[in-house]
Amino acid sequence: MQNNYDVIIIGAGAAGLTAGIYLSRAKVKTLILNEGAVGGQMVLTHEIANYPGVENISGYELARNMKSQAQKFGCKIRSNIKITDIQLTEEIKQVTINNKETFTSDAVIISTGGKSRTIGAIGEDKFKGLGISYCATCDGDFFQDKEIIVVGGGNSALEEAVSLTKYASKVTVVHQFDHFQAFEHYVEEARNNPKINFKMDSEIVEFSGNEKLNAVRIRNKISGDISEMNIDGVFILIGYVPNTEMLRGIIELNGNNEIKVDNNMATNIPGVYAAGDSIAKRFRQVTTAVADGTIAALSCAEYVHNNKKEPLEV
Amino acid sequence: MLQTNLTHVASLTEHTELLNNNENVMICCGRMGPMCIPVYESMEELENEYSNIKFADMEFDSPDAKVIRELPECRNFAGLPFVVYYKNGKVVKATSSIQSRDQITEILDEKFGK
Ligand SMILES: Cc1cc2nc3c(=O)[nH]c(=O)nc-3n(C[C@H](O)[C@H](O)[C@H](O)COP(=O)(O)OP(=O)(O)OC[C@H]3O[C@@H](n4cnc5c(N)ncnc54)[C@H](O)[C@@H]3O)c2cc1C
Repeated sequence: MQNNYDVIIIGAGAAGLTAGIYLSRAKVKTLILNEGAVGGQMVLTHEIANYPGVENISGYELARNMKSQAQKFGCKIRSNIKITDIQLTEEIKQVTINNKETFTSDAVIISTGGKSRTIGAIGEDKFKGLGISYCATCDGDFFQDKEIIVVGGGNSALEEAVSLTKYASKVTVVHQFDHFQAFEHYVEEARNNPKINFKMDSEIVEFSGNEKLNAVRIRNKISGDISEMNIDGVFILIGYVPNTEMLRGIIELNGNNEIKVDNNMATNIPGVYAAGDSIAKRFRQVTTAVADGTIAALSCAEYVHNNKKEPLEV
Repeated sequence: MLQTNLTHVASLTEHTELLNNNENVMICCGRMGPMCIPVYESMEELENEYSNIKFADMEFDSPDAKVIRELPECRNFAGLPFVVYYKNGKVVKATSSIQSRDQITEILDEKFGK
């Protein structure tokens, strides 16, 4: 059957593409299904300077290289699809995309990574691209001499708050706690920057404007007081959440909705493995995603081989 | 030049020619950045499905890209890429920042028909 594969990989980020490279090279018939653009979070990264053996590379280029490497070994990749049904518990796994095409496989690797956390405040969707941004390097220069807010208290929020002072006349960091989660040197640098000030214990509850964003309502979490602030732009940099919504109630997840795996990247369902940022782990990097993808692929190849009793060519 | 497989619009003349020679046109004006790349990728895929539409890109920082940057429809935009949809040379829709393939498809179907 044309739609039958040995392994289906869900997600084409660093973890999924690595698994695709290993499996296809071992002649395991592999399909990668990806909801967005191939590359996942790598594409969000302007420059990767800590991938061993490659001094400096744009995330896009690294993703493109991984994609073509996987395809050269015969891996099929379908991107910009939507998974509309998934059946993992039976021996033959089944994945339907766009409500119309169904694929089956002996095993599945889940490498769905993570996505930017949104605030969920009123008006957030409406003003995306009209004052609200999730990418400081992309959109910073639209805010030359303007007043902006950076939401968040982690490394990216404070690092970007400093870098946005190249453009903005004033940067207000709005953070929900009374202390930061960022490394001390990022906090120091932000505190020493005269253009940056801070609103702690605070959260944005509403974005407003006509054709573009021009104000936010901020709630102080201690007093409950709400204040209004006129603003030209808001950068939301509050971390990432795992893309595991479709797996809830199917696969065992931890309290943060991350997939629980063992040392072989096996989940609680036989024949289902997981790798990369969507699993429960401490450090989320390209290198760790690549390592997880490798382990998942090798474990999965072994599983498929044992199921089929075919020679293994890893 | 942008590293895509789309038609590249490099000048005002090319922009005018593209609009004169095609009834339905979608131009993504951006950089090789994280919010733009997914849009180019969706366009490259959609190019095979919509033969009635011309898909193109333009470098945001090229001086001639003012033809898009300065459109009244893009006046309030503050997020890359700027995507403009033209029918018979007239702007029928413009969006700012990243859009998913589904969002793009919805616009194409609504403005240009399937
Ligand atoms: C701004 C930024 C900068 C970073 N900088 C660095 C750095 O310099 N060095 C470094 O090592 N790491 C860096 N990281 C972290 C690194 O990019 C990630 O840890 C790594 O890329 C995660 O890879 P992944 O394959 O697990 O997941 P992802 O890259 O998130 O890929 C997951 C893929 O799965 C797809 N997907 C999600 N849900 C579904 C679904 N339901 N169906 C189908 N497909 C789905 C997504 O579209 C995506 O393509 C950075 C991250 C960010 C956001």
